[in-house]
Amino acid sequence: MDGGQRAALVRLDQEVEAPGPAPASGGPGRFLERAAPEGLRFDYATGRTMASHEPKLVCRGVWKIFGAGGKSLIGTASRPTSADLRAAGAVGAVRDVNIEVREGEIFVIMGLSGSGKSTLVRCLSRLIEPTSGDILFNGENLLAASEARMIEIRRHQMGMVFQHFALLPHLTVLANVAFPLEIQGIERAAREERARRMIDLVGLAGKETAFPRELSGGQQQRVGIARSLAVEPELWFLDEPFSALDPLIRREMQDEFLRLQSVLKKTIVFITHDFDEAIRLADRIAIMKDGEIVQAGTPEDLVLNPATPYVAEFTRSVARAKVVKVASLMRPLNGVLPPASIRAAAPIAEAAPLFSAGNEALAVLDGAGKPVGLIDRAAVVDVMMRG
Amino acid sequence: MSASFPFLQPVSEPIPENPSIATARARWLWPAALAAFVLFWQFGDGLAKWAFSYPRAFEIPAARWIGKATKWLLDEASFGLFTFTDLTRFVAQIIDLPYRVALGLLSTGLLSGQGSSAVQQVPPLSWLAVLAIVALIGHHAGGVRLAALVTACFGFLVLFGQWTSAMVTLASIVVAVPIGVVVGLLLGLAAWRWPVFERVLVPVLDLMQTIPVFAYLVPVLVFFGFGPTSAIVATLIYALPPMARVTILAMRSVPSEIRDLGNMVGCSRRQMTWKIMVPSAKDSLMVGVNQVIMLSLNMVIIASMIGAGGLGFDVLAALRRLDIGAGLEAGLAIVALAVALDRLSQAYAEKAGKPAAGIPAGNGFVSRHPYLAAALAIIVVTFIAGLAVPALQSFPEAWQVSTGTFWSEVVRWININFFDALEAIRNVILLNLLVPLKRLLADLPWAGVVALLALAGYRLGGLRLALLVGVLAFLIAATGQWEKATVTVYLCGVSVVFACLIGVPLGILAAERDRLWRWLQLVIDTLQTLPSFVYLMPVVMLFRVGDFTAMIAVVAYAVVPAIRYTVLGLHRVDPRVVEAGRAMGCTPRQILTKIKLKLALPEILLGLNQTIMFALSMLVITALVGTRDLGQEVYIALTKADTGRGIVAGLSIAFIAIIADRLISAGANRIRERVS
Repeated sequence: MDGGQRAALVRLDQEVEAPGPAPASGGPGRFLERAAPEGLRFDYATGRTMASHEPKLVCRGVWKIFGAGGKSLIGTASRPTSADLRAAGAVGAVRDVNIEVREGEIFVIMGLSGSGKSTLVRCLSRLIEPTSGDILFNGENLLAASEARMIEIRRHQMGMVFQHFALLPHLTVLANVAFPLEIQGIERAAREERARRMIDLVGLAGKETAFPRELSGGQQQRVGIARSLAVEPELWFLDEPFSALDPLIRREMQDEFLRLQSVLKKTIVFITHDFDEAIRLADRIAIMKDGEIVQAGTPEDLVLNPATPYVAEFTRSVARAKVVKVASLMRPLNGVLPPASIRAAAPIAEAAPLFSAGNEALAVLDGAGKPVGLIDRAAVVDVMMRG
Repeated sequence: MSASFPFLQPVSEPIPENPSIATARARWLWPAALAAFVLFWQFGDGLAKWAFSYPRAFEIPAARWIGKATKWLLDEASFGLFTFTDLTRFVAQIIDLPYRVALGLLSTGLLSGQGSSAVQQVPPLSWLAVLAIVALIGHHAGGVRLAALVTACFGFLVLFGQWTSAMVTLASIVVAVPIGVVVGLLLGLAAWRWPVFERVLVPVLDLMQTIPVFAYLVPVLVFFGFGPTSAIVATLIYALPPMARVTILAMRSVPSEIRDLGNMVGCSRRQMTWKIMVPSAKDSLMVGVNQVIMLSLNMVIIASMIGAGGLGFDVLAALRRLDIGAGLEAGLAIVALAVALDRLSQAYAEKAGKPAAGIPAGNGFVSRHPYLAAALAIIVVTFIAGLAVPALQSFPEAWQVSTGTFWSEVVRWININFFDALEAIRNVILLNLLVPLKRLLADLPWAGVVALLALAGYRLGGLRLALLVGVLAFLIAATGQWEKATVTVYLCGVSVVFACLIGVPLGILAAERDRLWRWLQLVIDTLQTLPSFVYLMPVVMLFRVGDFTAMIAVVAYAVVPAIRYTVLGLHRVDPRVVEAGRAMGCTPRQILTKIKLKLALPEILLGLNQTIMFALSMLVITALVGTRDLGQEVYIALTKADTGRGIVAGLSIAFIAIIADRLISAGANRIRERVS
């Protein structure tokens, strides 16, 4: 763990020096964030305004129908209902899905078991052949790509983490992490060197020679994460990565995941059946039901404006104060700045304690630390009271 | 409220449609059919003579066809570039070369010259060298304890003068097992990758496993000639199917996520197979390897009929001389080999599952390959020592021990003192049970029996099963095998009844008593590892040749699954149900009869099924002690190298096995559906 933290810090420093969309806040801020990993997310969330809006992955009208004659079903009716499909003896696992995943964002697909989310993510990487639709990755239609081209893309541009880890039992941690590189034909010294860096990054230094069955579930998933990162993918799929873990470990791994993402800035498609996990991690969430996307938007959108009763059912128990951002209750600046301040991307719950010192309003700062507005005690109390 | 508490609502019994009519029909169907059958049997003789003995004019000359086809394959068949004979010669070459090497190393030494004029240039590995190397392998696979065990097993071979034969047998095993494993693995992989191939392969594997071994000895003999090569081919046919099956299953059971992983990291097809699938399935594949070893050893004696030599030949020869001591020792030598190889392969399987130890430090050859270096050192040292002291090269006869005379004395003593009693038992059972039953079965009209079987098939599994059972039974009659088949069925049936009468109660007793079960397990494991021929010898010594002897040998062999499945079924009964029974105040007897046995019935039926299969496979072997059934027919065909006759009789046995298997499985399934 210690080694991993240190390694991550080294990487952080490199990132600061590196050009490009550097993290917004300056040196002192970084220390704060390290103390409270939760902070990183919000730092990142402001970064969202800085990350390019270019879609990395676009999914247009994707269908996956299991059973005979799937293709003809879509050809005849413009949009077969699930009853149509059932009558034809087919199952619509993914039905007319349209999503856009932007560069550098965490896009969570949330749905209960059987909702088609795992099928959808496998369609995105063409592990499962979609029945119809377009999947554009960096503008290239994956469904038109040849098998050889797909192998090339998967080898160098995609990584995937699996629910049950999918570690190869006969290989050591080091060999497991180096495995994708071995498949690419990279020679042993080079691939092991890179694998060691990844193992450090996920905080497993010292476990290189262990075998998967000697590790705990959380450690095994760290290996899975390191392995998926070894090829330095642009697009990172995580298929219910923490669902098989105990609740406490799950929480720890979520923090770890946010820490990694704050460093790595991958484009992420994250699958989960746990709405709380989705809220905690997502920049944007798509909720799936019976193969369809019911609603897609930021956690705030979903909580404040659920599109259907089905979505409302999920959001009902979510504390609004933890989702609603300061920015959405902000009013314009008027002259005097209050002494206390809060970041625009912080949730209301974080603002509440600052009012205990007798402040009636807080200054709201943008990602760069510049004041952009004010937030009143009354507005915060209102949200807090509604739970 | 009630919607959220569905368990509060009374559970309604599923009501069968029209229960009264259905049960009434079922109740009358069998008595009616049986009555019709008996009437036809008693009075139909004059009406339809054809139904009692199949008319010769309509017989299917399958034996002649197969004989002709074999001849055609041998003389004319050609695949364009090469003929069928070229193909068999090529296969023989592939097997022959490694066999020569293994045999040279273990038994004959390096020879120059041909045939009997051959001169030994370099002696083979001495007994001491083999013993030391085996110990080394044991240590590598499983530490000191395993090393001690396998050394003891091989030491037994040395001490009891079985060494020379054992090494010949070991040489053929050493060749057969890797070929069987590799071919089985490749077949399994092909079946996994191409479903079409699987659809062809699986029925062939089924047939390979139901046809008695003797039946395909004949064509193997015809195609490959008499000698160790054809013995290895026969061994392969017998030992390969489980490997292919295990491979298919193992590939299927690799988690789909692992396959997804392979695709996600961009594996090519070859990388997918060899870097992802096969290593991930290694644990299950090792089970297959173990199976191949054990089945190869099972074949040792039978293979010696077509020239394998070695221990199998010794057993067979002893059986023919009725020399119980020699036969028993050679048989035990096979068991010793089997135990050593079984434990070694299991230890390696376990090791494959565990993480390997770290790569030892050091760069020298010795430190990197300590075991290999030690083995080489042993070979050199024992070679020199063997030249200096001949006793170290080949174990001196004076040091050998034999219990042969002891066993012969025991049997003689029993015969002198108990001959009358044994003879009385034999005669009572033979005259009062076996002979009347045999006559009765031979007397039944074949057409009626076929009809009854088809009816049973219809009741248990619908039209398809009825058709299958009916056609198979008809084919037995139509190829002129009916009379011999009735003998097979009668012997098998009587043996199975006895085996169940002994096995099921024993199983019921053992299921409740852990200590008894542990002892019983030891006994039945030994019974199963002992080569089946070994059973025959003491029985023949005591009861002479004939049906009664065959029956006892079959019962001894077939009682094992009856016990095993009964215990398994009873152990599997849900303890909560038993607890519920106890809570209702059932007596232990009621728990057994009203709960446990009812729930274990499907398993016990499966045990019955296995008992029948075991009995049939043993029955073929008892042809050696003079039964007059299909097994004898196969055996005669073997001695005459008559392919057609052998295969037709062998297929008839397979048909009997298939009919029994499908009917019982269908019955077990119906019961299971009702129970769960």
